Amino acid sequence: MTAPQILGAPTPTARSAGLIGCTRCGRVFAPGTELCTRCGAPLSSRDPRALQRVWAWWFAGLVVYFPANIYPMLITRTLTYSGEGTILGGVVELLGHGDYFVAFVIFFASILIPVGKFLAIAFLALSIRNHRFLDEHAQHRLHAVVEFIGRWSMIDVFVVAILASLVRFDAVATINPGIAAISFALSVAFTMLSAQSFDPRQIWDE
Amino acid sequence: MSASVHQQDSPPASGPAPAALERLRACPHCDALYQIAPVAPRERAICTRCGAVLIAPRARAFSRIIALAVTALILMAAAIFMPFLDLSASGMHSRASVLDAVLAFSDGMMLPLSVAVGALIVVIPALRLSLIVYTLAPMMRGGPALPRAGQAFRLADALKPWSMAEIFLIGVAVALVKVAGIATVTPGPAFWAFCGLVVVTVLHDDVMDAESVWQAIERRESARRTAADAAASRA
Repeated sequence: MTAPQILGAPTPTARSAGLIGCTRCGRVFAPGTELCTRCGAPLSSRDPRALQRVWAWWFAGLVVYFPANIYPMLITRTLTYSGEGTILGGVVELLGHGDYFVAFVIFFASILIPVGKFLAIAFLALSIRNHRFLDEHAQHRLHAVVEFIGRWSMIDVFVVAILASLVRFDAVATINPGIAAISFALSVAFTMLSAQSFDPRQIWDE
Repeated sequence: MSASVHQQDSPPASGPAPAALERLRACPHCDALYQIAPVAPRERAICTRCGAVLIAPRARAFSRIIALAVTALILMAAAIFMPFLDLSASGMHSRASVLDAVLAFSDGMMLPLSVAVGALIVVIPALRLSLIVYTLAPMMRGGPALPRAGQAFRLADALKPWSMAEIFLIGVAVALVKVAGIATVTPGPAFWAFCGLVVVTVLHDDVMDAESVWQAIERRESARRTAADAAASRA
């Protein structure tokens, strides 16, 4: 139940009241306070450098995203077969075996989510004050989805870790992680940090 | 579901008293300002602008959170050290524990990846649960909070997205499908412990209400400070 509001009137915010809200725990402070007395988090009404950090992590994530797709994720050696599989190659192989559902899961987690995340963060960072394409609510929801779903890209890294530790029959069959495993893990971590650096309060500012 | 926080219509013009600030909350996601009101257990106070859950108290929350966190820690110990998966192909056997999965990359250039996987599926989840127990256990029994309880709980909150046990479990499922053609895989006891861990973690996150914890920490902290001041003035 909220107190009666005038339709169309801007929502009162900590900032419009001349106060600072803690983004960790929600406690409100008088301007000039540097640390939250409740949780110890640093306070700022709006962090002017938040967007810089978003872009820095975004580019770092993009740089390591290319080797993650070009180099092998898995290096498989058996008596009769020796091969290297990339992320996309893994999806194609699963499709070939008829495992459509798992192929879809990996395609979603390893290709669709990372690419979508790069596009979504870039879009939000560029249009933070421009609500021509998406209104505030849609932008806020997009950011929440990116933050929630981004970590699921780590699935493929864990698959490689499990296969490499499980398939170890010395001369007969071994699976080893390739260089793409590490670049992909870094790419996921960097883009998670990029999404976390975003200050969603700025979406709503007039 | 009813939000019992009230939108602050007339912000205090200048220099609000600290006591008045104590009753205000800003939505951590969109900065909308509210005056807090009591919220009954199982009710939720939701930000009217962005929909974020601000307050969601539960009955006997602290003892339930601690019970679930301790259960999760025990399941985690079992999941790490017991055999996780058993692979057999044409008369050969291979067995892997979670520890083996972590150490799979331990040679040479892949060492950083090993560290990362270990952190994401073992170290960070365990650290997060321990921090929550450290914060809440003394307060559950009515005692004062331990030193730096606020920082500990804030760290636990910040580590939440980096605690990836449930994602690891999906990874296991995918790996099983990938080797299903060439070998027979049997899940070991640790596999079931890990499944239990994921369920307990979901229950734990459902009971957890950060605002109740913050309020408790703040109350104990101010009580401690008053007691210290009283002792100092007597001396």
